[in-house]
Amino acid sequence: MANKTINPTRMELTRLKGRVKTAVRGHKLLKDKRDELMKQFMEVVRRNRALRRRVEEGLEKAGAAMTVASAVMSPELLEQALLYPKQSVTLDVTYRNVMSVNVPVYHYQTANSDPTEIYSYGFAQTSGELDAALEALGQVFQDMLELAEVEKTMQLLSQDIEKTRRRVNALEYVVIPEMQRNIRYITMKLDENERGNTTRLMKVKDMVLQDAHNFT
Amino acid sequence: MYKIAVIGERDSVLGFRALGLDVYFASETDTDTARRTLHRLAQENYAVIYVTEQIARHMQSEIDRYKDAVMPAIILIPGRGGSLGLAEAGLKSAVERAVGADIS
Repeated sequence: MANKTINPTRMELTRLKGRVKTAVRGHKLLKDKRDELMKQFMEVVRRNRALRRRVEEGLEKAGAAMTVASAVMSPELLEQALLYPKQSVTLDVTYRNVMSVNVPVYHYQTANSDPTEIYSYGFAQTSGELDAALEALGQVFQDMLELAEVEKTMQLLSQDIEKTRRRVNALEYVVIPEMQRNIRYITMKLDENERGNTTRLMKVKDMVLQDAHNFT
Repeated sequence: MYKIAVIGERDSVLGFRALGLDVYFASETDTDTARRTLHRLAQENYAVIYVTEQIARHMQSEIDRYKDAVMPAIILIPGRGGSLGLAEAGLKSAVERAVGADIS
């Protein structure tokens, strides 16, 4: 690293000093960004945990009801009952900016505004257990969508935190120290040149004086 | 306008059809189809794809490919037989990635 040749000149020194200043400022900014991202991330992780628990409980309940329903009804009838859904869902995605990370926000729209429209069959041939199962699913769906949002946010944030963390570390432990080492090298070299110059002048002065006065 | 899809075994995901989600069946024995379905859906207009953990555990690398993409969000849900802890593992790996060490 340090064996990259650098010109020990005053111009190079000024340039390097400027770069160090910029790097230090950038490092501080990135560090602040990382800390804030981390704070947000922890919040998201906490929300994710809670939501996931709720969704898993809800799905388990719905699954149990579904099992009962498929036990009382024949598979063909069950299939037929759900063959053509009345409801359809579309999703609108907007983006929220969290420390310059774009995270999605989902808004869903149902084609039928009536929440009871999920029953895509007549009640005569189907069992009540199926109704219960679908109702349970309908209840958990809202949470599922929120879970999707939170989980994607978590993934995107963690990716960006990793990136920022690497940058911070690279600046702190590689870029800035190397530039400071170079600055020291240049100052040393310049000082050394200056000293060499002084001694040379003294020597020359002695020689000139000797010539003029014939001192011994 | 985006859509929502669910991939899973027939009896775990059939009910989602009634809610208006697009349901695609997959089975644990035929994971190639599931893989192809996932890639196809990711190309299409789907913003959220739910995959049951029972299917997801056979195609973890495919799912990880979409982790850093903004679209689509692939979310694991427990299928029939309950949670396998895959989602929890995903959460843990995200935290590890962000912090750079295993906390908790």
